[in-house]
Amino acid sequence: MNVDKRPVVFIVLAMSTILIGTVLTTFLPLFMGTAKANLEKVMPYKPLELEGRDIYIREGCNNCHTQTVRPLPFETARYGPPSRLEDSAIDRPHLWGSKRTGPDLAHVGRKYPAAWHYLHLKNPQSMYPQSNMPAYAWLADRKLDTTYSERKMNVLGYPYTAEDLRDLSDKNEMDALVSYLMRLGKETKD
Amino acid sequence: MTTDNQYEYRAIKGFAISSLFWAIVGLLVGILISLELVYPSFNITPWLTYGRLRPIHTNALIYGFTVPAAFSLFFFLVQRLGRTRLAFPRLAQATLYFFNIIIVLAALSLFAGMTQSKEYSELEWPLDIAVVILWVMFSINIIGTIIKRKEEQMYVSLWFILATVVGVAIVYIGNNIAVPVSWFKSYSIYAGANDANVQWWFGHNAVAFVFTTLPLAVFYYILPKATNAPLFSHRLSIIGFWSLIFAYLWTGAHHLIYTPLPDWIQTVAIAFSIFLIAPSWASVINGYGTMNGQWEQMRSNYLVKFIILGITFYGMQTIQGPSQAVRTFSALIHYTDWVPGHVHMGTMGWVTMTLSAGFYYMIPVIYNTKIYSIKLANLHFWLVLIGQLIYSITMWINGIRQGAMWQAMDKDGSLVYSNFIQTLTPNYPFWNMRTAGGVIFFAGFLLFVYNIYKTIQTAPAVQKA
Repeated sequence: MNVDKRPVVFIVLAMSTILIGTVLTTFLPLFMGTAKANLEKVMPYKPLELEGRDIYIREGCNNCHTQTVRPLPFETARYGPPSRLEDSAIDRPHLWGSKRTGPDLAHVGRKYPAAWHYLHLKNPQSMYPQSNMPAYAWLADRKLDTTYSERKMNVLGYPYTAEDLRDLSDKNEMDALVSYLMRLGKETKD
Repeated sequence: MTTDNQYEYRAIKGFAISSLFWAIVGLLVGILISLELVYPSFNITPWLTYGRLRPIHTNALIYGFTVPAAFSLFFFLVQRLGRTRLAFPRLAQATLYFFNIIIVLAALSLFAGMTQSKEYSELEWPLDIAVVILWVMFSINIIGTIIKRKEEQMYVSLWFILATVVGVAIVYIGNNIAVPVSWFKSYSIYAGANDANVQWWFGHNAVAFVFTTLPLAVFYYILPKATNAPLFSHRLSIIGFWSLIFAYLWTGAHHLIYTPLPDWIQTVAIAFSIFLIAPSWASVINGYGTMNGQWEQMRSNYLVKFIILGITFYGMQTIQGPSQAVRTFSALIHYTDWVPGHVHMGTMGWVTMTLSAGFYYMIPVIYNTKIYSIKLANLHFWLVLIGQLIYSITMWINGIRQGAMWQAMDKDGSLVYSNFIQTLTPNYPFWNMRTAGGVIFFAGFLLFVYNIYKTIQTAPAVQKA
């Protein structure tokens, strides 16, 4: 069959070829038990934590920080228990990261108190003179924009109370980001 | 003897110029972020922080340089290889304007932090829709021109063009399905490990279709044209093509080794990544085979320098990449600077050299002239070669050092470098060297743009098409 003389046949064949690996490695796993975490265990995000996560995304923190501890001895010695499916099971999108210019943050919520994060985000060099992390002091000067906070919770299907939403009214962007960082490592009820 | 009246060249010219402009933007941002990693005070907040600029660098060079360069070269190739005029010239012009509008909006949106955070897929949903529409407009012209061709058999470049057209569409749409919250914000339809799996199926197949099939289409045309030698093996290109576009799609999870993604998906990805060496090297062998008896042209023909160094970098890239998929090696170098070292050998070495050869060949043809300066072209070649090697070699060395320091443990099981900052400070000299490599590369690239500009400027007046 002279496929290279029939462009439409060629296109259909090329698409089919592309879809084989796609379906088997990427589409089917969406429905398979092994890729589904035990969602019962996972704590939903509070509105403030979710807004903080969106600030993490907005500022591109995932470009320098990962959130995936590998099951390797030197890694668990440094960062804590290996990451599990449950840790990111409700994260849309995932923030596993692909580069460690700075350290992995998967369990950072268990490592430092909130006050540490406020100091570090304002001026990383005050704690680590050799650090190359940008200073994010300006986040504390920005009142948290809560226009979409409730809609975000609804789109993601997370439960919340009116009090959770009221809690946002006097917060700035650094409060939100810190509250997100403090959740990292505490995603499940255990 | 062809004239502008037979072939449509306006959109080709427009896309070529657009691609060179956005390449300069992308490269400048690259140099800036390289400096920011060493001098954090350069992170003028909030718009110019590394976290906001890095996606601008990657998106500008993928979607601002490589994609329009392909639109330009592919519109040329489908006409010349089909011996027919472009199917819809006015649609091509509209595609050109629409493209530039999208890129400007893309850059502005990324400066403002409107990002989905998924690598090379950061643009928010309204721009994603615009990109899809743009791609459909482009595809209509490509497929339409191929269908109306007068040369019955499609040459191998056209296969790689068609693969690019369908492959990019499938992966871009697949990874960007999201639920909007507002005009500027959405959430991925996928969650957690599934989102990671889809992201890297996309990420690695963006490499497959934007950074592999796209330059290969150019490579398979320029090499025989530049050397005046026939392609070494048509059969090898058939086997290579089909096995390449089959195998690539299974490899995405090699970006996720040792993550919580189920082991079987990782292992399958590793196996197919190793297998992928074979289809990739089909093109490398075809390149070297075509050069049999022609090696003198490496010295005498500047086009051959670019094409053969390009395919050589491709050969190295497609062995280095699979080796990174192997678990033991991944454990050492994942998340280190080795990875950008690898990426930039592919982008600066393989992709940019091949597209440069494409432009060096095509621009004189469509402007009915000769290249302005072969001396400058040769200087461009050496500068980008040296700049690229400095970039990658310093990053490979630095990456191994980072991985080794992260792994270093005492006999009692405690970390030798227990504070992360101890592994960060040795980066600085390497990052400064990398910046120097980038600046040298950029200088070479500017010579290229100047040479193209002077070629166009000194071309004889042509009839308006």
